[in-house]
Amino acid sequence: MKEMKSQTLQAQEGRNAGFGTALSRVDGAAKVTGQAKYAAEFTRPDLLFGVVYTARIAKGKIKRIDTSRALAMDGVVDVLTHENSPRVTHFDLKLKDMSAPTVGHPFRALDSDDILYPGQPIALVVAETLEIARAAARLVDVDYEWQDFETDLKRATPFVPKVPGVGERKPKSRGKAEAAFASSPVQITGDYHLMPEHHNPMELFASTVFCEDDGRLTIYDKTQGVKNSHCYICNAMGFKRAKVRVLSPFVGGAFGSALRPQYQLWLAALAAKKLERSVRVVMTRQEMFGHGYRPECYNRIQLGADDQGHLKAIINSAVTGTSSYENYTESIVSWGGMLYQCDNAKLDYQIARVDTATPCNMRAPGGATGTNMFEIAMDELAYASNVDPLELRLRNYAERHQLKDRDYTSKALRDCYQRGARKFGWEKRSPEPRSMREGHELIGWGMATGVWDAMMAPTSVRATLHADGSLEVGTATADIGPGTYTMMTQIASDATGIPVERITAKLGDSDLPFAPVEGGSATAASAGTAVQKACHALMKQVLEQANQLENSPLSGARMEDVDLVGGRIQLSENPAQGMSFSEVFTAAGLDSLEAKKFGRPRMTRKARNTHSAVFVEVRVDEEVGMARVTRVVNAVAAGRIINPKTARSQIIGGVVFGIGMALEEESLADHRIGRWMNHNLAEYHVPVNADVPDIDVIFVEEEDHEASPIGVKGVGEIGVCGTAAAIANALFHATGKRLRDLPITIDKLVTD
Amino acid sequence: MNRFDYRRPSTLAEALSLATDPAVRYLAGGTNLIDLMKEDVERPLSLVDVNHLPLGNIEDTVEGGLKIGALVPNADLARAARITQRYPLLSSALLAGASPQLRNAATTGGNLLQRTRCYYFYDVATPCNKREPGSGCQAIGGLTRQHAILGASEHCIATHPSDMCVALAALQAVVHVESARGSRTIAFEDFHRLPGDTPERDSNLEPGELVTAVELPAESFDIHYSYLKLRDRQSYAFALVSVAAALRLEDGIVAEARLALGGVAHKPWRDREAEKQVLGQAPGREAFGRVADTILAGARGQGDNDFKIPLARRAIVRALDQAARAAPQRQVEKRIS
Repeated sequence: MKEMKSQTLQAQEGRNAGFGTALSRVDGAAKVTGQAKYAAEFTRPDLLFGVVYTARIAKGKIKRIDTSRALAMDGVVDVLTHENSPRVTHFDLKLKDMSAPTVGHPFRALDSDDILYPGQPIALVVAETLEIARAAARLVDVDYEWQDFETDLKRATPFVPKVPGVGERKPKSRGKAEAAFASSPVQITGDYHLMPEHHNPMELFASTVFCEDDGRLTIYDKTQGVKNSHCYICNAMGFKRAKVRVLSPFVGGAFGSALRPQYQLWLAALAAKKLERSVRVVMTRQEMFGHGYRPECYNRIQLGADDQGHLKAIINSAVTGTSSYENYTESIVSWGGMLYQCDNAKLDYQIARVDTATPCNMRAPGGATGTNMFEIAMDELAYASNVDPLELRLRNYAERHQLKDRDYTSKALRDCYQRGARKFGWEKRSPEPRSMREGHELIGWGMATGVWDAMMAPTSVRATLHADGSLEVGTATADIGPGTYTMMTQIASDATGIPVERITAKLGDSDLPFAPVEGGSATAASAGTAVQKACHALMKQVLEQANQLENSPLSGARMEDVDLVGGRIQLSENPAQGMSFSEVFTAAGLDSLEAKKFGRPRMTRKARNTHSAVFVEVRVDEEVGMARVTRVVNAVAAGRIINPKTARSQIIGGVVFGIGMALEEESLADHRIGRWMNHNLAEYHVPVNADVPDIDVIFVEEEDHEASPIGVKGVGEIGVCGTAAAIANALFHATGKRLRDLPITIDKLVTD
Repeated sequence: MNRFDYRRPSTLAEALSLATDPAVRYLAGGTNLIDLMKEDVERPLSLVDVNHLPLGNIEDTVEGGLKIGALVPNADLARAARITQRYPLLSSALLAGASPQLRNAATTGGNLLQRTRCYYFYDVATPCNKREPGSGCQAIGGLTRQHAILGASEHCIATHPSDMCVALAALQAVVHVESARGSRTIAFEDFHRLPGDTPERDSNLEPGELVTAVELPAESFDIHYSYLKLRDRQSYAFALVSVAAALRLEDGIVAEARLALGGVAHKPWRDREAEKQVLGQAPGREAFGRVADTILAGARGQGDNDFKIPLARRAIVRALDQAARAAPQRQVEKRIS
């Protein structure tokens, strides 16, 4: 392990900015000057505007839908309902997008008179202007037939999902946990609960479908994967794939909510298909509560330990919500089960149907819920066994993945604990709850472990070098905010020696080579590996071309003999002897060279995970129940860091999610009517700047080329894992009050 | 959102003449009205944009107070020297509200006419007596975290969302209004209403009446005051409970006490009997606790908001204590003084 050195920005000086350079986002200027265009911003003169009408009941049937008043309004072109929409595919299988649950019937908007969940779209008003469409939408008149429904997870019936979700496994128990628990001298039992959360990205869901003169469709979509949207919408609507192009150059946040194609894409495409006109559909903020969300979770955790805090038993059973029509599952109980040395673990996971839209992945799905709850339980065990919370984790440190019983490709968690604790000043902590105070405020220090997967998925990249020495690297991935454009540019620069300003990264275009959805913190490892491979192959071609030239200064040179510096290929032993790429192209009479390569994970039986240690200070004014986070140190081991600046931003973003989960975010449903009621940004509270203190991010680098060929593990999600628990634990240390129901809002702190 | 006419008069007389129909709305900052129109809660036939009327000044009054034009933006008012120096309670309450962007657009007059943030009022798929008289109150028995603990009725348990108005209630401001029928003034306490059986009426403003100014009396409580706002996050959240406290101390004895509560009722809540209790006494937490007990004697929770009763008690004591200590809550300070 070595400490990451922050490097100064070299890009502007025309040098390469490879691994470890804190390069500013290559698309930053475009974003802050409004040049970056998002799905709802592409326009044409003949564009029609679709406004959604959503169901006002939780569940039932549409008895009658009267659109005549809306249709009568000047400028209204059509009102699409289940009665007049074009036919779509009959086969559920065709609607199984890359992120769809394995089991279930994917939702089809305007397909029947069934209302499956509150906020379901049941009509689309299409008009010449947005204003007309919106005015007409309120004239749609519907008679409903209510059916019995349940939106409260507490009252729903849990069952064991027979088939796990994509990339998930059934939690595997080991040993004899119940007997071991019964005989443990130290026992804790906690019932934990997490309220549902909605992603609430800044950008509203939008799709703009342009009908081209030649019958092709160009679709701008808010998505985490253009290939996913492309395949899905072609399958759904019967479009020929070659005649549809899906573009998504910029995404204003998604956090998992745009992994699955959302209904606005379906509706815009449906209207375009029917009317043969270009159509845009943008959801309102309120409508964005009518699709996927992080499911509510009930989780019982029992831990047994000896009187030194060594774990003897883990019994963990969790229930999360899913919809009536799909089995959405998450890995909740596996994190605690894998993280600590313990011979006996009983892990159970169930889902239960509630009448909402199917939940979906939200930043560290399962992990954010599971690790944070488990880490509160570990804190309870620390107090019960009278062991310092950090020391407790060290005593139970697992060198091997406890679920898979395998080694890790790397696990620098010990260093995270050590360096995080040192930076935070953990040794100065007074162990007793309520023992630290300043003026009116109780001060609490808490910590937790974070863990997440280091995933990688096959990705293809095309690299093209032009005669002017400029380089283009492209793949159909997305950049939902982490800085994928920048990462691709940097790796290409690293692999070719070409300065970053001569490199163009391309993504968000279904015509580009294959990439999976941007999710699971996997894109840096996946697309990064493929960029590197494609660039290496391309450089090999350049050298081969140079080798063949008459009187070549590089005659006979092999790749290991040369350096790539500033757009030049030169002998390592004699840098003066070499050629610029442009010289090679001119001499060889070439316009461009191209290489396309597939990056895939290395085969290994070892477990691949990222880890973190989070330390938090809170201050609580107990009289009035106001709590605030005043310090966060998050030490992260996530392999090699490509760009410390953008990587730090990812951890900061994750920590802010953790603050939201711990203290603020909750989607409130009125279960009598089955509706989300706080469906706007004034009443659904995400942390604002005033809630976020300075966040200290430490990267503990791991040399790990088994996790991914480029040594990268990904940092998009690890920041939220553990953070909410560290806050809850700090609140306990401050107040002596153990709160197991997230978010911990003022009412929970103020009541005696 | 429905179709509507838009008028932009340049004189007050013209504006008043355009607003004779109850379905006409005056438009100032629009920070709340436009939101409500998008939600289909407000469906005006016509908007009369008053932004070009000459109502944007702050003037000294002969009585030694200030007259604040209805179009003075919340941001300007909060930072105006005459306000920060003489009426810091008002400045503080303004800065506790909304976000800088909203305060830039929102006006003094408009702030008085903010409508409740009740989830059910905002969601046209649910019944609401305030939105559709006689349709019922879905909030009762539902999600009531943000709802009233004082002065509610079986028809409505909504709260008034303004911070500024809580300070104005404590300062005993006077509202100047005009209509085609003439002008009048309304004492601040009489401006907003309790829901009773007419929750559709937030205020005693008659149809066509326009708020033209808010007048502050001379007594400004520039030493012993505090605006304490308790909410779900540090900024950009409506008050669960807020307290505007103002004291005048003479020789260490309370000579005058003003207390107004936000987030607990359909209007900024004042209880003059409770205020009188502390007169002639030395300031102290016990005395303040008795004031709080009197104010909250009739408080009733709805379930989710039961916590507001103990919270309000603590907030009252704390805010009065801050005021007595001349340690007002500073809105840029996250720590509670």
